Amino acid sequence: MISIEHMSKNFGPYPAVIDVSFEVLKGEIVGFLGPNGAGKTTTMRIVTGYTPPSEGKVTVGGYDVITNSLDARKHIGYLPESVPLYLDMSVKDYLTYMGQIRGMNRKWINKRLPEVIDVVKLGDYKNTLIGRLSKGYRQRTGIAQAILHEPDVLIMDEPTIGIDPIQVVETRELISELGKEHTMFLSSHILPEVSAICPRVLVINDGRIVADDNPDKLSEKLQHAERVEISIRNADNNEFITAIRQLDGVIDVRTDQRAQSLQRAEREGVTPFIIDAKPNLGISETIAETIVKKGWGLSNLTPLPMTLEEIFLELTTDESVGNID
Amino acid sequence: MAYVVATAFVAVTGFFFVASVSNAFAEATIRGFLAGAVFFLILMAPAITMRLLAEEQKLGTLELLLTSPVKEFEVVFGKFLAALFMVFIMLLLSLYFVLILFIYGDPDIGPILSGYLGLLLYASATLSIGLFASSLSANQIVGLMVGAGILTALSVIDFVSGRFTGNIAVILDNLQLGASFSVFDSDSFGVAESGHFADFARGIISIYDIFYYISISILFIILTVLILESRRWR
Repeated sequence: MISIEHMSKNFGPYPAVIDVSFEVLKGEIVGFLGPNGAGKTTTMRIVTGYTPPSEGKVTVGGYDVITNSLDARKHIGYLPESVPLYLDMSVKDYLTYMGQIRGMNRKWINKRLPEVIDVVKLGDYKNTLIGRLSKGYRQRTGIAQAILHEPDVLIMDEPTIGIDPIQVVETRELISELGKEHTMFLSSHILPEVSAICPRVLVINDGRIVADDNPDKLSEKLQHAERVEISIRNADNNEFITAIRQLDGVIDVRTDQRAQSLQRAEREGVTPFIIDAKPNLGISETIAETIVKKGWGLSNLTPLPMTLEEIFLELTTDESVGNID
Repeated sequence: MAYVVATAFVAVTGFFFVASVSNAFAEATIRGFLAGAVFFLILMAPAITMRLLAEEQKLGTLELLLTSPVKEFEVVFGKFLAALFMVFIMLLLSLYFVLILFIYGDPDIGPILSGYLGLLLYASATLSIGLFASSLSANQIVGLMVGAGILTALSVIDFVSGRFTGNIAVILDNLQLGASFSVFDSDSFGVAESGHFADFARGIISIYDIFYYISISILFIILTVLILESRRWR
């Protein structure tokens, strides 16, 4: 649905986006991650046709966003970062107006309005002036405006920024629901959210794409070691550590000092450990065999992938990390 | 906001109207009102239009407008028509003065009709200039100042033309918008003699004047559309 080929954008001498190429296929939900100033908003504004690219070709639904701008825009629902709204209109009037400028006829607007208000759960507020709504509800009005005309592609710039925690959860669920029917391109720098919703992430840093993959696969590629958490019964700590350390491929064994692990351990009467090993050696099976042979009780054996935070930091703060291939 | 502006319009022009008809042997004419209106519109047009595009830029709603399937021309023209409609309503309110003239006197209908037509055209030109000024910045004050500046310049341009001779003088004279600052001059009632409004006030509908006001309106609307479109070139 969205195709970007060798796109660059310079603001005067300053290169905001450098040689970016990627595609978002129909039905995909793609998270666009990056630190502040990396080029996320600029890229989104280029895709929606608000800003022209300095180089490259961008198409949405097959329509070039510069030469066929009007056609391209018909297929896009956009929620800009600033969630711009007319504060002196009521929710219903605002959405009606937005429908009209999207070229929706009266019948279609009248059909969609209650559906959309229901989806974003603004039913109680449909006659309230937008200026009177809290940030979370304004955000939902913004989302409503983006989905009203049933666009093929939804582009949302930081959709959950600044909302209180309860509404964040609701908004996140809403976004996941929307993902079932629309192609989605979201940007965020809230990592847990992206990893919860998006099966594919694009990471941009200093104007360049530095990663494009599924979050789990990404963590696999970036991990230099495979990490496993394990809980054991009936074992002497030192004996366990020594035995596991001797296994081929194991790099380190240590007790798991994390708060939640210790709490669980106390409840269940087990001892938690963390084992680092060389990746792709099937180390989990080897460990399990060893434990069974020694007669220890295995309560829990779980791989610990690198969290998205760690991936993000690795990609954006280590200058020597280039493209991941 | 609209109510305040409309009230101010009727009040201020009412003052001019009363001043023009309250002396003995006064003519039953709306020339006083027209003078006041022409003068007041220099202030009012920027006031009405200054936020039309400036606020969209400031609120960020311009981003939504321009990423919707609407052409820049539609956005500009729509706002222009909205502003013009508002002035139209204000002119309807001022018909109250005309009513008074008919009750107490025997006015000629001709000059009244041409006067209002002229006012509508004059409003169209001044509003288009104000709209253009509003598109230049997200700051409404810039819109106000640039708009008022251009309008004032076009209104005093006949003073300047006296310094030139020949064709330049003629060109400058012909750009005169119609208002003048000698508003209390009881002969011209503040309508500039060399401007395009003068004939409308006298009851003459001149194609030449109509052409002028429409051209100004079209020019500034096109300029405003270009300003919005320039976003696409940067």
